[in-house]
Amino acid sequence: MTRLKRVLPYPLLFLALLGMWLLMTQSLSAGQILLGAVIAFGGCWTMVALDPPAGRLRRPGAMARLAGRVFLDVFRSNLAVGSIILGSEDRRTHAGFMSLRLDLTSPYGLAVLAIILTCTPGTQWVRYDPSRRVLMLHVLDLVDDRHWVRTIKERYESLLMEIFE
Amino acid sequence: MSAPDLPLWAAILVSFFLVAGALVTLLGSIGLWRLPDFYARLHAPSLGATLGTGLILVASMICFSVLQGRPLVHEVLIGLFVTITTPVTLMLLASASLYRDRVEGNDAAPKKDPPPTEL
Repeated sequence: MTRLKRVLPYPLLFLALLGMWLLMTQSLSAGQILLGAVIAFGGCWTMVALDPPAGRLRRPGAMARLAGRVFLDVFRSNLAVGSIILGSEDRRTHAGFMSLRLDLTSPYGLAVLAIILTCTPGTQWVRYDPSRRVLMLHVLDLVDDRHWVRTIKERYESLLMEIFE
Repeated sequence: MSAPDLPLWAAILVSFFLVAGALVTLLGSIGLWRLPDFYARLHAPSLGATLGTGLILVASMICFSVLQGRPLVHEVLIGLFVTITTPVTLMLLASASLYRDRVEGNDAAPKKDPPPTEL
């Protein structure tokens, strides 16, 4: 295992880059696999030079559950925001800022949470203060801010902590 | 340019997904116009970036898979890249705007961060 790590520091990144290359070239010929492997190898060693903070990835089951939830929520929040946009003046003026305390500290987990919250229409990540561990959000439909805290903590944060911590 | 020669079932599916994706994206653009302030408007383009892009990509996958007779899924890369890059832009815009509003003392942004909501 350590010998593999010495040659190939990020095996998962290697596989992901190789997969991306093969998808882009749309070919499984030996030449493209070789070229993709060389590029993925270079990508992994570039990552070593960038010296990213250590992180770990666990529980593929939790990842699948999270992906399913996000997929569903993107769909639902698109409908919700669509109805707000087409709705009356009254519904469009409930937007506002709110803060919540996060227990998640892994930088990768926070990055994924930022992508999830920004990609679901209706919530927008504004700022995270790592010293207080407080995240500030802008929410389009801010009627009950405790509802949003519950949604974020129970639906996403608990799974992200299982995966990244 | 002539239209691609798709069988009827595929043509119906492709046009359904294409028109649905275009409508969702249009709805996002209408949101830019109808929502009242900058922060609320930040939510509108993500309609086009998520569901809109997704539906159009599904249409593209079906169309070219049927035309070439083999499954083509490389469109998922477009979805992946759009998903991980859109938040960067939107987060930068949000924090730049917040900074400016606070420096200029505008009412659009709160003077201080709201206290964290406890359950």
